[in-house]
Amino acid sequence: MLTKRIIPCLDIKDGRTVKGVNFVELRDAGDPVALAKLYSEQGADELVFLDITATVDKRKTLVELVTQVAKEVRIPFTVGGGISSVQDVYALLAAGADKISINSAAVKNPQLIDELAKEFGSQCVVVAIDSRCADGIDWVYTHGGRTATTLQSKAWAKELADRGAGEILLTSMDHDGTKAGFALELTAAISGALPIPVIASGGAGSMLHFKEVFTTGKADAALAASIFHFKEIGIPELKLYLDEEGVVVRK
Amino acid sequence: MKVALIKYNAGNVQSVCYALERLGVEAELTDDPQKISTADRVIFPGQGEASSAMAYLKERNLDQVIRDVKQPFLGVCLGLQLLCTHSEENNTTCLGIFPQLVKRFVPSADGQEKVPHVGWNSIENLVYNPLLKDLPDARHLYYVHSYYATLGEGTLATTHYIQDFTAILHRANYWAIQAHPEKSSTLGEKLLENFLALPST
Repeated sequence: MLTKRIIPCLDIKDGRTVKGVNFVELRDAGDPVALAKLYSEQGADELVFLDITATVDKRKTLVELVTQVAKEVRIPFTVGGGISSVQDVYALLAAGADKISINSAAVKNPQLIDELAKEFGSQCVVVAIDSRCADGIDWVYTHGGRTATTLQSKAWAKELADRGAGEILLTSMDHDGTKAGFALELTAAISGALPIPVIASGGAGSMLHFKEVFTTGKADAALAASIFHFKEIGIPELKLYLDEEGVVVRK
Repeated sequence: MKVALIKYNAGNVQSVCYALERLGVEAELTDDPQKISTADRVIFPGQGEASSAMAYLKERNLDQVIRDVKQPFLGVCLGLQLLCTHSEENNTTCLGIFPQLVKRFVPSADGQEKVPHVGWNSIENLVYNPLLKDLPDARHLYYVHSYYATLGEGTLATTHYIQDFTAILHRANYWAIQAHPEKSSTLGEKLLENFLALPST
């Protein structure tokens, strides 16, 4: 049976791993390649690297990091942050990334999703949605959650799937950093309505939260950062717990 | 050992190179028929679309080169599908090494099973074969695909998604894996290691 995926996310700045609480305050959590290998050995199913520097002169550092990760890590990984063109994607895939994740650039130019899907195949195109709720409506935000848009999250997710996105990485900004659990309702609404997998992100604080997002939230995968980086939850114990609770995971 | 990776218009070959490097083998990415036919092992990796891949292979006469290979040959992902007889992906006649047909997954009516099939899934119904020798306890491989090969002669292992499909195939000196062994942790690495250890023909 196809298993539910556990995905640690490594936020990268200047080649180092950091994790922001609500994207603002950054804490250093180590060397990305070492951390990636460790997670892979512990049973992580995939990895996501989000480059939050993403300035032009730092792109080279990112490509070098991707090469290093691809050489040493035996599980799939996604790279995101500041990607805005077919050329950016080509460089990262050629360096060994399995998938790329785009966010702000997709909002600015939705046609880019069609182009990437056509050029590289949907399987490597992940589109991230940062969603925040206001007056009962879920809105799409860009630029690491700093910029509001006029797009509604559910309709946007549908458009992404229609344009050829391979997966949706859905982050609830209301839940991110709270450790109070994933956005179950929003995740279920989007995952249930789409023919493509949804990776839920934001709010993981306990093992129960993962079970909830896979059952009630209908997520195909769950992503978290600080709880893994600071060893609040170990991936082996999380997998064991989910298995006992009847969630199909890779052991 | 000389390993040739067939170069064509398909993605994701770099990861296969790195996986072989981790096993201490330097592979050469090439579309030179001479290099392919004199290598000790030939790997046919790739992600992409069947009809454009077949057109590309034919233009360069690589279709015949692949049919003529005598040494151990491994198709991966799209490589497996192209070795089959026919693919529903743009109604493509494939290389015909294996009798299997390639069909598109039809999503389940309840929407529970999505297409593409992405993620880790288990291999089952294993048939004894040198490629599957001394496998670790892990039974999951990493998959990303929308089309699958039907079951049939030469199916060495199956995976279940919506229905059972061919996970691993073998006929004569040709083997093929639908998943991505280069991205499948310990089990994937062992499959590649077993492929490299097959007796030369």
